[in-house]
Amino acid sequence: MNWDLFPQFLATGLLTGGIYALIALGLVLIYKSSRVFNFAQGHVLMLGAFVAWWFTENLGWSIWMAFLAAIGVAVLVGLAVERLALRPLIGQPILATVMMTLALAQVLQGAVILVFGAYQRSLPTMFPLQPLILGDVRLKLNLVLAFAVALIGFAVFVFFFRFTRAGLAMRAAAEDHQLAQSVGLSVPRIFGLAWAIASVVAMVGGVLLANISGVETNLSVIALKAFPAVLFGGLESIPGAIIGGLTVGVIESLVGGLPQDPAIRSLHLGDIAPYVFMLLVLMARPEGLFGLKRIERI
Amino acid sequence: MALRLAGDFDTSYGHDMAVIRTRGQWLMTLVFLVALFALPFFAGSGVLGTLNLIGISIIVVHGLNLLVGYTGQISLGQAAFMSVGAYTSAVLVKNGVSFWLALPTAGFVAGMVGLLFGLPALRIKGFYLAMATLSAQFIIPWFFRNVREDIFGGMPGLRVPPPELGGIIFNSQQTMYFPIMGVVVLCTIVAKNIARTRLGRAFVAIRDSDLAAEVLGIHGFTYKLRAFFLSAFYAGLAGSLWAHYARSINPEQFSLLNSVWYLGMVIVGGMGSALGPILGATFIRLLEETTIQFSPLLGKIFPEVQAGLLAGLGPLLFGLVLMLFLVFEPRGLAHRWELLKAAWRLRPFAH
Repeated sequence: MNWDLFPQFLATGLLTGGIYALIALGLVLIYKSSRVFNFAQGHVLMLGAFVAWWFTENLGWSIWMAFLAAIGVAVLVGLAVERLALRPLIGQPILATVMMTLALAQVLQGAVILVFGAYQRSLPTMFPLQPLILGDVRLKLNLVLAFAVALIGFAVFVFFFRFTRAGLAMRAAAEDHQLAQSVGLSVPRIFGLAWAIASVVAMVGGVLLANISGVETNLSVIALKAFPAVLFGGLESIPGAIIGGLTVGVIESLVGGLPQDPAIRSLHLGDIAPYVFMLLVLMARPEGLFGLKRIERI
Repeated sequence: MALRLAGDFDTSYGHDMAVIRTRGQWLMTLVFLVALFALPFFAGSGVLGTLNLIGISIIVVHGLNLLVGYTGQISLGQAAFMSVGAYTSAVLVKNGVSFWLALPTAGFVAGMVGLLFGLPALRIKGFYLAMATLSAQFIIPWFFRNVREDIFGGMPGLRVPPPELGGIIFNSQQTMYFPIMGVVVLCTIVAKNIARTRLGRAFVAIRDSDLAAEVLGIHGFTYKLRAFFLSAFYAGLAGSLWAHYARSINPEQFSLLNSVWYLGMVIVGGMGSALGPILGATFIRLLEETTIQFSPLLGKIFPEVQAGLLAGLGPLLFGLVLMLFLVFEPRGLAHRWELLKAAWRLRPFAH
């Protein structure tokens, strides 16, 4: 075991976990309001990276302008997806919504390849690339920033849900669609809002991530690691998304990094640690840390 | 309720239960089967290659349909279960076991692995169970990629010898067509009949309301496990056929994307019908084939997107087709076919 590298792996894990948490936030937001689990969240993230790249490359905008433009595009994409793809499925069984988001992921994948091409691109750097050095631990500045954005996002959402009218409306809709509608809230509009916010979160994550690993269609894969995070934290819980994301990041980093024996290292245990963890969570406590336990009646 | 032919009355219990009801239908079935198995003597290997791919997909989708369409459990791991069958069969045949024995063994081993990943059904259901199968989709390919490279070949995978029977080596599209279509016909008959037994009725009861089914005395957990076993068994058979058809397997062939495509075939074909998987697999595979055929032409018309055309058009069209079906015809092509049949029998009247 590489115990002397423990702080480094812990820090790396926490920072990667910040990205997972950012994606998990978007997933929770959509699930909380509309009971749809968005398998396409990672593809929205990838789209964000490509959109930002397109604005810098073809219009010659600065990276920060492109960043804002990507947020604008995210709002439109979120609203369009909710209106065109998910709204016709309200009241349909869960398989329909699962399949719809999986189909959406395919459409986004195909569209991005057709429009932007399947090449690896790179974004102008947003931040200096030299690592942040704290004692023995070296940290990538972009990851630190993504982490900070995840925490800020968390704070903003807590504020939003607790103190704003729209946030209260979303909480009401999450509780019960019919009750919310009967007190005069427009549930479809709330769904649209949730999708728009979630897309913005994903695209912000996409731009930050693309700064580290380049702009490519494989960016969407990272969202697959956010699924265990969401399930661990609880599908309906925003603090749960943060805690889940960080936990999964740390588990992945420690399991992958700590063992020193080459025979064990060659197994790449870090790749599946999040999913084994997810299976354990599903068996031991399916609703996650802060999720709601649903009671059913016939 | 499908309309029956005019003048066709149930005169015995056996006739009441029959799938093929009239002499005309028997004749058509026989002609179809003869034509199906005579085809390789006339068709070129391009057509047969497409048909072989469709056949393997039909087997996988039949299995998935038993789990998703009849029992109502979502599985995102069908491709992984297929890989279990493929690797089992490949390793067995490499070690001297006959393909004809390895084929059912592959199905059985895949079934047992499916059973294992179905175990969480004891506590969870619906979306949570789907996530458990999703973890299977990551854990199983990881296993074949990283564990015991001397047996499973690691990342590059394995080369698989062709099947043999009485001196005939099944190493071309023409020859592989027979085992594949044979299994397709068998699987279709079994799938059609499972739906009509106690087992199939229990599946449907669980799908429609698992709590109500429990109250009726159907043990939800064991029936769900049976559905998982059957579904993975079918996947294993298809995996074995795929391994010996493609002659080279690696973990990348059985990704989450493939599982999603199989689910898409179930939806497009129509859930909970034995005809659905056949129509769905055929439709989606033909769509894919058409994309491959036409993208060079489209590339000439739109040269600026040429590079990504093939890689992008496939997922885009598949996703769009799936979305359209989900919104406009969630019951799939099989339902459309029933409507068409009913309309034909009632012709010229509308009702």
